[in-house]
Amino acid sequence: MSIRNLLKLTFTTIALMLAGCSGGVLDPKGQVGVDEKNLIILCTILMLIVVIPVIVLTLYFAWKYRASRDFEIYTPKWAHSTKIEALVWSVPVLIIVALGVITWRSTIALDPYAPLEGQGEHLTVEVVSLDWKWLFIYPEQGIATVNELVFPANKPIAFKITSENAMNSFFIPQLGSQIYSMAGMETKLHLIANEPGTFKGISSNYSGAGFSGMKFDAIATPTEADFDAWVEKVKQEDTVLTSDSYKELAEPTENHPVTYYGDVSDGLFHEILMKYMKDHGSMDFYSKPNNAATGMKKAMPAMHKGHHEEVNE
Amino acid sequence: MSFLGKLSIESVPYHEPIIMVTLAVIAVVGIAVALLITKYKQWGTLWSDWITSVDHKHLGIMYIVLAMVMLLRGFADAIMMRTQLAVATNGAPGYLPPEHYDQIFTAHGVIMIIFMAMPFMIGLMNIVLPLQIGARDVAYPFLNNLSFWLTAGGAILINISLGIGEFAKTGWVAYPPIAGLELSPGVGVDYYIWALQISGLGTLLTAVNFLVTVFKMRAPGMKLMQMPIFTWTCTWANILIAASFPILTAVLAMLTLDRYLDFHFFTNEAGGNSMMYINLFWAWGHPEVYILVLPAFGIFSEVISTFTAKRLFGYTSMVYASGAIAILGFVVWLHHFFTMGSSANVNAFFGIMTMVIAVPTGVKLFNWLFTMYRGRLVLSVPVLWALGFMVTFTIGGMTGVLLAIPGADYVLHNSLFLIAHFHNTIIGGAVFGYLAGFAFWFPKAMGFKLDERTGKAAFWCWQIGFMMAFLPLYVLGFLGMTRRLNHTNNPDWNLWLYIAAVGAFVIALGIFFQLLQLFISFKNKDKLDDTTGDPWNGHTLEWSTASPPQFYNFAHIPHIQDIDAWTDAKERGDSYHKPEKYAPIHMPKNTSAGVFMSMSFTVMGFALIWHIWWLAAAALIAGIGVFIKRCYTSDVDYYVQVDEIEKIEQAHLAANAKGASV
Repeated sequence: MSIRNLLKLTFTTIALMLAGCSGGVLDPKGQVGVDEKNLIILCTILMLIVVIPVIVLTLYFAWKYRASRDFEIYTPKWAHSTKIEALVWSVPVLIIVALGVITWRSTIALDPYAPLEGQGEHLTVEVVSLDWKWLFIYPEQGIATVNELVFPANKPIAFKITSENAMNSFFIPQLGSQIYSMAGMETKLHLIANEPGTFKGISSNYSGAGFSGMKFDAIATPTEADFDAWVEKVKQEDTVLTSDSYKELAEPTENHPVTYYGDVSDGLFHEILMKYMKDHGSMDFYSKPNNAATGMKKAMPAMHKGHHEEVNE
Repeated sequence: MSFLGKLSIESVPYHEPIIMVTLAVIAVVGIAVALLITKYKQWGTLWSDWITSVDHKHLGIMYIVLAMVMLLRGFADAIMMRTQLAVATNGAPGYLPPEHYDQIFTAHGVIMIIFMAMPFMIGLMNIVLPLQIGARDVAYPFLNNLSFWLTAGGAILINISLGIGEFAKTGWVAYPPIAGLELSPGVGVDYYIWALQISGLGTLLTAVNFLVTVFKMRAPGMKLMQMPIFTWTCTWANILIAASFPILTAVLAMLTLDRYLDFHFFTNEAGGNSMMYINLFWAWGHPEVYILVLPAFGIFSEVISTFTAKRLFGYTSMVYASGAIAILGFVVWLHHFFTMGSSANVNAFFGIMTMVIAVPTGVKLFNWLFTMYRGRLVLSVPVLWALGFMVTFTIGGMTGVLLAIPGADYVLHNSLFLIAHFHNTIIGGAVFGYLAGFAFWFPKAMGFKLDERTGKAAFWCWQIGFMMAFLPLYVLGFLGMTRRLNHTNNPDWNLWLYIAAVGAFVIALGIFFQLLQLFISFKNKDKLDDTTGDPWNGHTLEWSTASPPQFYNFAHIPHIQDIDAWTDAKERGDSYHKPEKYAPIHMPKNTSAGVFMSMSFTVMGFALIWHIWWLAAAALIAGIGVFIKRCYTSDVDYYVQVDEIEKIEQAHLAANAKGASV
């Protein structure tokens, strides 16, 4: 295997990489994903300006100055050239300056927390990662689903995301950005689908034994009417998601089937988010056997009172 | 709580055939080695020349032996994961259930980084660095022995977890809450904590030791800006270790308090926050990757300048570029979690700081290029590794910059693209570097060269296997495949998963050739004998000694006038000359304190993992007792007398005179 064949293999693979990417992040179906794909391609091309010459020169110099070619110029003591040093520092600097400007602008433009501008009103969906399934609560519609996310195409969605316990990452590769889901905290994400279709949704942060089956379908309906019809269908279900049935749902399960809840008790998402805060300041927390840390009982209540007031504001 | 804490016969996974077969193989190999040592009556030598040795060269060899054994263990994990993912497609469960698979990917990461790459790097540094600066040993030889045994203690603990209990099922980063007591009630995370804590202490002590060595024990005349480049890059790595490992120690201590005393630093109950762990972990974890790769950069610099028979181009640039990488390495940790919800400004800042590191790294690549320029490059095995590195690492650097752009990371984070990237830099950067250094300095440490043919075969298998195993992962990342999946159900991914699995087997062939190379070289060591001590016409002082070096390194410490001190001496006709008279040499005595202390702490770790409190207390007291006894021992050094030095030096000079005439 010669070095040249190896290089050929490398480039073939890269070419294949860019060609056969249907269904992934290079086949985006929403504006956020499209912007991110373009960013990846632009920055890769910019970097290839340095990368290709380095690889080619490495192989060329290794060939040209190999020991058997003793007719080439040989300068054993030559170890400094201000011109070359200036060049090798300034070329990477220039490229990084260009990339830096792109990075600054694109990071602000693609901020997952920022609502999508000029796309109209957002549909709000509350997302909870559970062991090992996804719960979607539609506060405006008063319904909830497990492992199926439905929304109209061309309408931006505002996700509010949290977790029951383990950290996961909420990710629909073809729509763009992902964001972590963390217990006791709310993260935000704004996405849009620019064409109808069914896209794969996953957790992209390992969260335990059932993690591999933690998948959902993200379905963008062709019209808002289709979405409304779907909401009506879900509402027909008599299952209600309350604090109690949520506790049952939160028990670890693997490859959970799609489930619809025709009604959701108000403020359930807030309740899940604040469950650790609720415990603060009350003696209940320390009366639980698991939480009764030695020596902490006496010291903590005063501190917790302060937190409690803050939460109630 | 019973006498043995949580430990019982049920802790041994005897119902797991894969584990039991592995243990049987380990037992057979262990017994075979023990029998061989007995047969050749080497137990005494093993104890007095190796286990209790304070000689940096012997410790270096032991570090590398440890690294190679751990490479086999970590690679076995790798090949199990790749085969699992190649068979568990289209919804098939494969042969490794999550219970087992999740331990394997955690163990693979921890072993490869902490117990393969780190000992390999520290082993090479041990062998070479004191010789390069003209020192007779490190500043604290006993501490050096202790550091090695602490590292070995951690490695022992992580391997015990294979047969007694379980290892962590958290991924090598062990993020809470999944590493917390509620979601990981078993002993796996405790093994993780104590293996890392004990070996981490060893690493920290090594860094302190070598920093003092470099700053206080350089040969007369050697200014800082005349230190060999490998010594410089190790020094930057040691500065990074000294600054970052205490963070790991602290974060693991807090995780320990969470798990043992219900502290909730990192879990939500009682107001803890896992984001603190994630920040602290990477405040150590990111500098850690530069700790691994900077010495490798130094090795490439030495290899390329030696085998082109030229001075290194842009020495000053190289030193400052390494320093820039070391310092910038501390202000980029947040790029490991752009998706945790930081504001756009924060993400953009850390993204740009990360990219800035590409500048000094790019400068280094160009400087290696211009070192080859107008040289006389001999395509030896170390050079092949260096060229393979330059091609491979450039790709890894490019994908790293791509991941540093938050907008790109939002879709590539945690995907197989990321896995491909960091293997691209850690294998294509650090490991290729260590393997280059291994082939380069092997004759120095062992006294004979390595077989070239099998060495080249090993390189090509590694290089091609690497490309096959990891380039498909870039594709899979773009196709939306995330890391740590146990099985998949996406026909588009299958082809790439198969290629990656085949690639892993090609790398296995590379490892086989390396073992074969060692075997052949040992068998033919008379033919491969390095009589001169300078087989490559080297630039730096390690090549002025015999191979293997005299145990005191230098009978007469040279006066340094140039960066390439040995080339300079050869050109001035000042090499291999006999000084007018020798002076007695002050040397440290071997000691068993290091191994006894470390093993006490290892037992303590094991007892803490299994909640055997009385044993933990007893082992801690024993370890401290050995330390106090050592502190009051005054019989720690001796003088090598002139007649012995004369004899050894005479042999070295005679061998050289003979070598020169041949």
